[in-house]
Amino acid sequence: MGRTKTNELGLLAADYNGKPSTLCPGCGHNSISNQIQQAAFEHSLDQHFVVKMSGIGCSSKTPAYFMGRSHAFNTIHGRMPSVTTGVMLANHQLKAIGVSGDGDTGNIGFSQFKHLVRRNVPMVYIIENNGVYGLTKGQFSATADYGQKTKYAGKNELPAIDLCAEALLADCSFVARSFSGDAKQIRSLLRAAFSHRGTAVIDIISPCVTFNDAADSTKSYFWGKEHREILNEVGFVRGQDDIAVDYEEGKSQDVQLHDGSWVRLKKLDESHDPTDRTSAFRVLEQARKEQVIITGLIYIDQERSTIVENARITDTPLVNLPEDQLRPSKATLDQALSELFG
Amino acid sequence: MTVVDLQQAPATQLHSGQRIVNDFSFVVATTNGTGSQTSNNTLLRALFKMGVPATGKNLFPSNIYGLPTWFYIRVNKDNYRAHRSQAEVLVTYNFDTFAEDLAALPPGGVCIYPMDAPTGKKKWNVVTPSRDDIYYYRIPVDELTATMNPDQALKEYIANMVYVGAVAYLFNIDMGEIERALSYHFSGKAKPIAMNFGLVKLAYDWAKDNLQKIDPYWCEAMPDATFTKDKIMIEGNAAAALGAVFGGVQFVAWYPITPSSSVAENLQSYLADYRHDAEGRATYAIVQAEDELAAIGMIVGAGWAGARSMTATSGPGISLMAEFTGLAYFAEVPAVIWDIQRMGPSTGLPTRTSQGDIIFTHFLGHGDTRQVVLLPANMEECFRYGWEAFDFAERLQTPVFVLSDLDLGMNQHVSSKFEYPERPMDRGKVLTAEDLQKLGGQWARYKDVDGDGITYRTLPGTDHPNAAYFTRGTGHNENAGYSEKVEDWHNNLKRLARKMNTARELLPQPVIQRNKGAKIAIVSYGSNDYAIKEAMDYLKARHDISVDYLRILALPLSPKVGEFINGYDRVYVVENNEEGQMAQILRIDFPQKAPNLVSVARCNGMPLDAEWIMNQVLERK
Repeated sequence: MGRTKTNELGLLAADYNGKPSTLCPGCGHNSISNQIQQAAFEHSLDQHFVVKMSGIGCSSKTPAYFMGRSHAFNTIHGRMPSVTTGVMLANHQLKAIGVSGDGDTGNIGFSQFKHLVRRNVPMVYIIENNGVYGLTKGQFSATADYGQKTKYAGKNELPAIDLCAEALLADCSFVARSFSGDAKQIRSLLRAAFSHRGTAVIDIISPCVTFNDAADSTKSYFWGKEHREILNEVGFVRGQDDIAVDYEEGKSQDVQLHDGSWVRLKKLDESHDPTDRTSAFRVLEQARKEQVIITGLIYIDQERSTIVENARITDTPLVNLPEDQLRPSKATLDQALSELFG
Repeated sequence: MTVVDLQQAPATQLHSGQRIVNDFSFVVATTNGTGSQTSNNTLLRALFKMGVPATGKNLFPSNIYGLPTWFYIRVNKDNYRAHRSQAEVLVTYNFDTFAEDLAALPPGGVCIYPMDAPTGKKKWNVVTPSRDDIYYYRIPVDELTATMNPDQALKEYIANMVYVGAVAYLFNIDMGEIERALSYHFSGKAKPIAMNFGLVKLAYDWAKDNLQKIDPYWCEAMPDATFTKDKIMIEGNAAAALGAVFGGVQFVAWYPITPSSSVAENLQSYLADYRHDAEGRATYAIVQAEDELAAIGMIVGAGWAGARSMTATSGPGISLMAEFTGLAYFAEVPAVIWDIQRMGPSTGLPTRTSQGDIIFTHFLGHGDTRQVVLLPANMEECFRYGWEAFDFAERLQTPVFVLSDLDLGMNQHVSSKFEYPERPMDRGKVLTAEDLQKLGGQWARYKDVDGDGITYRTLPGTDHPNAAYFTRGTGHNENAGYSEKVEDWHNNLKRLARKMNTARELLPQPVIQRNKGAKIAIVSYGSNDYAIKEAMDYLKARHDISVDYLRILALPLSPKVGEFINGYDRVYVVENNEEGQMAQILRIDFPQKAPNLVSVARCNGMPLDAEWIMNQVLERK
């Protein structure tokens, strides 16, 4: 792809750049940032309507490193979900891209994560999952593997929380997993997520090159490359595009997204139907038993209504309503007062 | 049936025969969950409609069923509306607290209690009251209730109507007004009105036939209705919610907590009534969050996106909101937080009032943080701050705390009708795409262009390549970029201090009442207002002491507060908390006057009363 190629908005890929990253060289997070801005470019996302949301931690710093023309809110630790809920109800024309980490989501923000998913708040929720706290130098997070050892934190005595399983349990309408080294798959999943109307959770195993890259960790590069099992290949086809994706007859499944576009799932495992919640639980449990990372779209439900739809608010975003629609008349106040005891 | 209780003392022994009219208090002792609130509010509303100033205070337990609860009704012809700790007339259905309630009456007090057959532990029929200096009236509660043949489930609830009827007869409360109050309560529904008023009438007639009025306490209609004409009755939490509706609230997130839940519940119903577009779509959103962390997070998010956002909570919720309000202070995001104060520390007493969150909210957040606080004192101000808090939050781009309390929030108060907002909404310094165009895209989120410490912001969704900025709680420069530079940090905190100084002038200014010859002054705030004004009258009338009075309406303190306290050798700072929190803030802001400030502070779960304030001033000369 040439550097001069423009998207539907007439923008160059470089127009989606952010500031230079200050993360460790080789960090999986940087690769994810690159794929976010590339997918946004390809998807012709209007950056003025994008809000980049995050909590606290290495992952949560990354919104500074992509899409510099979008508003960003680097909130507090574990609380990105609640802030985004408020943002999206205030202005449902926005598109929220949230970046969180395993500690931010699986530890301190676990409750908010579950409730966000349960409310089906429209947003793309990316977890850059490496099983450790990087910014505070290597403590285990809740997604660290049982029995795993690191140089600084010793041995982890607790079972890992599987954030995809947790999302699924909370009725998440889009659950996916990927690996930071798989640029193509991440981009496809992101584009599918951009078109999804509710909460799209993408748990991306993103090894920490500094604190958790031991060969025995499922969140290391060594492990990731050796133990990855691709669940399905996702090709993204936008309604107005006529991009052909490679898929084999009889081995693919198309899922239409709310905005009319389709995700095409190339099923490597014939037994998994991503619209089947039971099957989704089964593949996650199977992967846990076999200690493999399944990647791809694990579950999707296009029917679940979002919190915005349930709120039955005006088509015009609340923030754009003029004063005369927000402040009732004096006659209305008189009416309210006349209904009080007096 | 007994005509007159045999234990009743001859009337002449206890009083001179002089009637005491419209100047005494009732206390109704029941157990919670039995529905006595309907009866109490009915009495209160009937008195109000008779033109008699009456104030109700509900002392209820943090419990759903079966614990003691007391409802005070103060009747006062001079319109003193503060709580009085002494009640003269006890109406009790609560056997468990009978001894202590009786002991609390003054000599010559009145006690009305059931005469029914024993149920469970209650042996009203054999009880022998311990005092012989009290007027007793006994009423056949169960017997009269049974006459109405109510559903078993409603029996305990409706039984409360018996004391309404007996009290109406004994104290001369208008039966027509009682019927109208019940009709209001039951929204005109014929069946419950007939059932409840039927029993009131039955009890009234029984009392008329069987009781001889021997005590000196009377209510009399005040036809001029000087203090009740054109007034309404409302709770502070409802007034706050109504105000917010007219403030154009766009987003509400909350988590249930006593005594604030009714702010959100009233919002829910008022918004449903008054805030839809032509197609019936809501012009607001309201979310019951999973906890207070999420509630404040949501309103900070919505405030950042440009919506007028609020939450309502109480002490423990404020504790959970500390981190987010620190972020909103530093990142400069508008938000409105109503704190309906209850007793702390910790879980404290959830159903008792206090002013214990003054220091905590004013400095809420780690590091150097100063939050804006509004201090409503009555229903009119609850309504006014309901809308005006949004103007201040958006103008100052900062959280605004409104510190009401349980006394204001959950009791019915008489109020003037609320004034419609006199000016358009102030949405603050927001740059649109057109503004940015004119500026050639040159702007900086945290640059103090106007010298008032308040900078310009853009909202997400602003269609201009330079509109975006990166909002963060980390150290930042004028361009909202991360910075660890000493000068950036310093400039930012200095500017925030400048903004707070702007707030001192922008926020509501203190209300000052000066009296001829006053050499001492009282400074106070919030719901203490009623008791202070009454105490000032007593000090003048009984002790010939004139007192000036300043009521603080907002924090950070106005310079006018400093000017005021400079004028006196002794300033009593009156408040409903243990540590004298406002006195401490005054000492911080006006250290030169610290030696002259006398902290008059008390916190026992009750609203302050005039006698106590008067005595404190007399004792601490």
